[in-house]
Amino acid sequence: MPDQILYAMEVMINGLMAGVLYALVALGFVLIFKASGIFNYAQGVLALFAALTLVGLQQGQIPFSHLINAVFGTDVHHFGWELPAIVAIVLTIGVMVLLAIVIERFILKYLVNQEPIILFMATIGLAYFMEGFGDIMWGSDIKTLDVGLPQGASAWVEDNTAWLGGEGFYGFFIDKLDMVAAVVAAVLVISLTLFSQYSKQGRALRAVADDHQAALSVGISLRFIWVLVWSIAGFVALVAGIMWGAKSGVQFSLSLIALKALPVLMLGGFTSIPGAIVGGLIIGVGEKLFEFTIGPMVGGATENWFAYVLALLFLVFRPQGLFGEKIIERV
Amino acid sequence: MFYREAGDFKTSYADDSQTFPIKFDRWRYYVVLAVAFGVIPLVVNDYWASSVLVPFLIYAIAAIGLNILTGYCGQVSLGTGGFMAVGAYACYKLMTAFPDINIVFHVLGAGLITAGVGVLFGLPSLRIKGFYLAVATLAAQFFLVWLFNKVPWFYNYSASGQINAAERTVLGVPVTGPNTEAWAQYMICLVFLFAVAWVARNLTRGTVGRSWMAIRDMDIAAEIIGVNPLKAKLTAFAVSSFFVGIAGALFFSVYLGAVEVGEAFGIQKSFLVLFMIIIGGLGSIFGSLAGAAFLVLLPVFLKNLLVGGLGWATDLAAHVELMIVGALIVVFLIVEPHGLAQLWRVGKEKLRLWPFPH
Repeated sequence: MPDQILYAMEVMINGLMAGVLYALVALGFVLIFKASGIFNYAQGVLALFAALTLVGLQQGQIPFSHLINAVFGTDVHHFGWELPAIVAIVLTIGVMVLLAIVIERFILKYLVNQEPIILFMATIGLAYFMEGFGDIMWGSDIKTLDVGLPQGASAWVEDNTAWLGGEGFYGFFIDKLDMVAAVVAAVLVISLTLFSQYSKQGRALRAVADDHQAALSVGISLRFIWVLVWSIAGFVALVAGIMWGAKSGVQFSLSLIALKALPVLMLGGFTSIPGAIVGGLIIGVGEKLFEFTIGPMVGGATENWFAYVLALLFLVFRPQGLFGEKIIERV
Repeated sequence: MFYREAGDFKTSYADDSQTFPIKFDRWRYYVVLAVAFGVIPLVVNDYWASSVLVPFLIYAIAAIGLNILTGYCGQVSLGTGGFMAVGAYACYKLMTAFPDINIVFHVLGAGLITAGVGVLFGLPSLRIKGFYLAVATLAAQFFLVWLFNKVPWFYNYSASGQINAAERTVLGVPVTGPNTEAWAQYMICLVFLFAVAWVARNLTRGTVGRSWMAIRDMDIAAEIIGVNPLKAKLTAFAVSSFFVGIAGALFFSVYLGAVEVGEAFGIQKSFLVLFMIIIGGLGSIFGSLAGAAFLVLLPVFLKNLLVGGLGWATDLAAHVELMIVGALIVVFLIVEPHGLAQLWRVGKEKLRLWPFPH
């Protein structure tokens, strides 16, 4: 095979891997949108917050040390112990559940029956709040996240694909972390699907998604379902936060991946879990290939906007996305 | 007692349909104008102009623009920053291409160009609605910022990639460039804001505004009773982008003087203007002004309090500010989803009945 095609294939595979990471964030959006009709802009910030909390707990940072130092003139920063990764992850899940309860108790409860746009704005407010809160709690410096995930390129893949090309081709360059992310995403999607199809809570969740009032009338507690779904979204955010954090460090830009997840959602449809995955893959491959082929001609950095423009053009022809429910409008 | 319609006799149709039917409101309006045009320019100093007044005036223009699109026509846009960038770069290109023409025309021309771009990005709104449209406008935001970063023609091949405003005068007084005095900056922005608010207020009272509101309330129903959605949506995009473009042009030429597109017109700006109209009140000109004033003053106030008053580090104060802004937005949405404008309306209703509330 000519090398050019092999390079394009490599770009494509890396695009698929990037797409998996987008899909991980998009998954959190879909879960909340399905269960409560809320378009949760804060999902990206939740991922950032989860990753920050994980790093902070792991390294034994004292929460709010910056603020405490400023107010009381002390100089504290670390407890002086380090937690094993698995304990820190369990504790972080606890924190995310707590956060879900707080969000339900102080925000969502008061916004039942508001228009979707108001709820959307509320989550933007929440995103701002969480961003400031996370920074105050754990400090705003860039942190490295290490929970023992493999790093670097996979030598095995490289060795076993080198024979495909000619002299100058050394095999596909694929990050081990990306492969782990793909496996994790697959496990996550399968377990979420099983959960929502076969467990009692899952059935209640789908009932709420279908019709709030009907679900209430057969005795499903709306508030419990909301806490549940925000907890799950928090868990998905944690997984996304770990993957992204291990890849590029825990920093503010992590919360911007939420914006990247939006075109993914538009492609896949807001209400479909498989749609989030497929949309993520399409966007990932599309933007990497576009940058590879057209990018050099127009000055590069096309990844900033390609996903949005693709989604925009796509929506003009199919407004509900690939897998979304058909939009029926009545007067 | 003094705030009521009784005793204020209307003798013509023009009287009957005026903007402020209550005498007290009219007088208040004239007093505000007199203070804004007559008193503030005499007393304003550099600090107040550059940190409070000029940003307020410019954001108020942008907020009125976005409010027309989102508040009156119901099309949520997250592309305000991108459209402001179009205004800024159009103004820059016009300023450098036609240096002899008055800057006022450059700013208006920048508005027109932005209106054209706005209509272009508004076309999908005929197919896409709600959230989908909000995300689609992100395409405008990111694509436009990228375009101004990557195509050197837009910044006249300058080495830094920045655009700079040269000195321009209006009636012999410099309004852009380093020699501008505070009052001149303030006045030119005020004149534009006054014109924009006046046009917007009267547009929204007339046929165009009513067709926008019909589309906002329910587009299919509006179509059935004979409102042309194509015309209504695209005029909303055009008028809104025109105002936003003017705001961007002023932001660049009068306020900042030198602009780097990603920094000045990033996605944060889109959200900031959106917050202004939410906190101020969707579908209200007064709300746009109130929201802009609130969100311009709040950071200044917090910074003075936390950094100046309590002696905290600036980054800590910035984080606290983020938390407070976020919490305020949530609180506003819970307590008063219709914003400051609604509080104002309720206050006026109360005042009309005062002192006998029954």
